[in-house]
Amino acid sequence: MWKWLHPYAKPERAYQLCVTLQPYFLWPGILCLVAGSIWGLAFAPQDYQQGDSFRIIYIHVPSAILSMSTYVAMAVAALVGIVWQWRTAFMAMIAMAPIGAVVTFIALFTGAAWGKPMWGTWWVWDARLTSELILLFLYLGVIALYGAFEDKQQAGKAAGVMALVGVVNVPIIHYSVEWWNTLHQGATISKFDKPSIAPEMLWPLLIALLGLALFIAAVTVMRMKNEIIRREYHRPWVKDLAARALGDDHAV
Amino acid sequence: MNTLINGIFKRDMALAFRQRSELAQPLMFLLMVITLFPLGIGPGPVTLQKIGPGVIWIAAILSSLLAMERLFRDDFWDGSLEQYMLSGQSVAAIAAVKVLVHWLVSFLPLALFSPLLALFLNLTVDMYIALMLTLVLGTPLLSLVGAIAVGLTVGLQRGGVLLALLLIPVFIPLLIFATSAVDSAALQLPYRAQLAIIGAMLMLAMASAPFAIAYALKVSQN
Repeated sequence: MWKWLHPYAKPERAYQLCVTLQPYFLWPGILCLVAGSIWGLAFAPQDYQQGDSFRIIYIHVPSAILSMSTYVAMAVAALVGIVWQWRTAFMAMIAMAPIGAVVTFIALFTGAAWGKPMWGTWWVWDARLTSELILLFLYLGVIALYGAFEDKQQAGKAAGVMALVGVVNVPIIHYSVEWWNTLHQGATISKFDKPSIAPEMLWPLLIALLGLALFIAAVTVMRMKNEIIRREYHRPWVKDLAARALGDDHAV
Repeated sequence: MNTLINGIFKRDMALAFRQRSELAQPLMFLLMVITLFPLGIGPGPVTLQKIGPGVIWIAAILSSLLAMERLFRDDFWDGSLEQYMLSGQSVAAIAAVKVLVHWLVSFLPLALFSPLLALFLNLTVDMYIALMLTLVLGTPLLSLVGAIAVGLTVGLQRGGVLLALLLIPVFIPLLIFATSAVDSAALQLPYRAQLAIIGAMLMLAMASAPFAIAYALKVSQN
């Protein structure tokens, strides 16, 4: 059943897959991101309490949701790498780590910018802010551990173990911090039965969410291509690729 | 198998007790960090009682990070770790024994030391009992989870700060539940729930950490 997956353990096939997937992720991602942002920032109705300052939701909520999802995706890649001994899975994992860290930072930053007019302060030690901050620390830990090793194959495995330890901890951190202190409003769109947000505000949010998800996937694929090339640069297929690219340049 | 486990246990205990200064240093560090707090924040007994549980736990985590490295470092550099891997015995079991010894020599003294700390920070008897219980349940978790990161960083030349960066975020839930248990005790409230959660985290770590440590050591040995 899983046989079709195995060829992608080979860097060359994984590279080809990345090349194929990149346009499907990149252009719809940019399109959705632009459409969702313009619709949300310019055309969605004002919030009756928060006025226009609620509009940062169209950046804040997608990045907050996807910072968690990216960590989970990273941990899944690490698990695949550890269980089936795939080098490419570790490459995918480490391709995602800095992206996830940046998305987490965006969520924190927009959260702070939203907190200033709403709560009257840039930062409060509220449950979700704190767990988002700890998530950023977990990302930084994985990146730091990866950077500490000379041998990148070893580095991938080590960072993978740490990513898995972190993912076991993410729900524990989330609930412990929630219990510890809560000021943040409840989730708005995860209540699927009856969302507590007006549909004309919800649609641009969902489009922005989809757009950011596709965009993260596109950047992951691009970074993974680079990672594969960097590790395999002495292999014949990479040399062929480089020769072809150079040849094209000369033709132009 | 049992002979091996016994042998490692006795060897590690003997090694630990022959390097007494290394055993005592983290405890001295703990004591000094705790001394800093009344000096920095002010000696008011009410303030000290309020921050006491958090201070003791933070100092315990920091001092444990200092001492954590010696868990596998010497064995890595003198090659005995490699011999364990080659012995064909379960590395997870060996790792579990080493973690047990580490807990016995670095955290048990801390727990025995804690009445003094409780006196310094003006904790009540109820708070002290809660603190003791959280230390007994929580510190094995520090040893078990810490050993995974130590296993990963043991081959690196300067793993010390990295180890702290990796472990501090992971220890946050433990800190929250432990201090909240002691705070509840201060208000005469029941704190079984917090203890139960720390216990559950300990069970999870006991079941899974030895295997993660074994894998981490394998990665480090390459």
